[in-house]
Amino acid sequence: MYTPKMSLTDEELSILNGDKGETLAKVMETVVRFGDIFGAPKLVEVTHHEGHLVTSFGIGLLKPLFKTMDELIASDLHTIGKFTLDPRPLDYKNVKCNLLEKLVFSKIMYSKQKMYEEQLKKVGLKDENAFSCTCYLKEVGNTPKKGDILSWAESSAVVYANSVLGARCNRNSGMLDLFGSVLGKVPYFGLLTDEGRKATWRIEIKTSKLPEAQVLGSAIGMKVMEDVPYVIGLDKFLGKELNDTTCAYLKDFGAASASNGAVGLYHVDNLTPEAKELGQKLIVKDAKTYVIDDEELERIYQSYPIMWKKPNKRGNLVFIGCPHLTYSQLVDWTNKIGRSLAKHGRKKVNRRVIMTCAPDVKEKFIKSEQYPMLMSYGVKLSSICPLMYTNNPITHSKRIMTNSNKLRTYSMARYYKDDDLLEVITKGGK
Amino acid sequence: MKTFKGRVLASGHFKGEAIVSHQGVNTLATFQKSALKNAKQVIASDQNNPDLFGKNITGKALCLPITIGSTTGGLVIQTVCSMGINPSCFLFSENIDSLAASGIVLAKVWNDSDVIAIDGLGKEFLDTVKSGDQIEVKEDGTVTIL
Repeated sequence: MYTPKMSLTDEELSILNGDKGETLAKVMETVVRFGDIFGAPKLVEVTHHEGHLVTSFGIGLLKPLFKTMDELIASDLHTIGKFTLDPRPLDYKNVKCNLLEKLVFSKIMYSKQKMYEEQLKKVGLKDENAFSCTCYLKEVGNTPKKGDILSWAESSAVVYANSVLGARCNRNSGMLDLFGSVLGKVPYFGLLTDEGRKATWRIEIKTSKLPEAQVLGSAIGMKVMEDVPYVIGLDKFLGKELNDTTCAYLKDFGAASASNGAVGLYHVDNLTPEAKELGQKLIVKDAKTYVIDDEELERIYQSYPIMWKKPNKRGNLVFIGCPHLTYSQLVDWTNKIGRSLAKHGRKKVNRRVIMTCAPDVKEKFIKSEQYPMLMSYGVKLSSICPLMYTNNPITHSKRIMTNSNKLRTYSMARYYKDDDLLEVITKGGK
Repeated sequence: MKTFKGRVLASGHFKGEAIVSHQGVNTLATFQKSALKNAKQVIASDQNNPDLFGKNITGKALCLPITIGSTTGGLVIQTVCSMGINPSCFLFSENIDSLAASGIVLAKVWNDSDVIAIDGLGKEFLDTVKSGDQIEVKEDGTVTIL
């Protein structure tokens, strides 16, 4: 039996000792061992019981995951609150696949999707619309309060919850997110503590205009890795209030910092809740400094490798929405595409363009005046996970274009800045 | 011969080849391609990591600062450990990050993996060890570059 280093209550010890079954004991052992590695003195209660899981895909090879789920179900264990999770990997209706692709996706790669979703329902899946990386949006409704303790994974959701909402969550891995939601407890360390939320990097923005969110996040992520950055000078462009526009910017910025590095929390001077409350007192005395100007952003942008097998050929598939787009981003993209098409004397985009958003956001958008416009432009709207879709040998031959630095990092997709991508998909010729 | 001492997170003895990443290893990006193909070995597939990209890391001592990237990272480490295509050792120059720690713990508790993990070996370790070096790892956390 594992001897914990942290202090446990009698009830926690009893669970660890197997008094409530072997499976729950293993769940507890995993969480306690994990906390012990980081010197956690104790476990603390999860205060926002609606979990968010990162693993939404039934890839056949994830045998350890399915086996563990079976063990949980056999032991009648489930999460305390209902959970959301990352987007589904497939959407044949809106992201069309040929017969070979369907065969590979359904019979080989995601052969366990249906079975896995049945497992998820048994341990606490919220509902059929629960599949989005942007669970925290008001339309989806899994929105923690400032100070809430979470047991979430999905790097982009964790960094958003910590930074923009002021909730407290470590960068948990898949499975640890679920285990914390089953136990209702997580180890107390890192980003759960006041000390762990202090910034060890001072980031000075000295650009001539608002930086591209995804490039700025990438630059900071690659520089600070898993440290906490305090960003100064961004409020000059973004303003001092969190609204739909700034939150969407911070969503994309954070996702890039989390995937190009390992950022779990950032503070933006005069904007994010803890920075507004404590200001630059959040920066530790011996913090390192990283100055970002136009030249540095261009250096980062130019450093992205082009992984297409034929880099000079035309891109043939575009994904916009990793992380999933907000409602206001969908409206904004629709209007921008409309204006740009009109400028070029065109009615439809010139290649396959797929925008992705949460199912609940899609339902709202369908009722908007922009929806028929977007459809008339030939754009498809899906709730798929572009990352999971592109993560396979078949799509490696496609020349995928994206404005997502996360998608670029994990696939062969080529990164484009928003305005460049808009121009490419709306102009005439090849 | 140069010796370093770190904290033992998962103990074991190893003698073999080192493979070194001087930047954070993006777990999903590095392992996913081989894992998805159900391959017999991991050929590192992270385009942003020139130290590892295209190299076989199965059965070697992966020397790295930390892991980075998607929070599927722990599950990915557990999966490659359960498939038996993992690096034999994870040797961290810094303190282990939460995703790698999850993976090591999951592999130990749920799959009884014999993966070795040592952290806190220090910057000098990563500056000294080179890909292809023969190294020995002992149960007490001693790492010797032979």
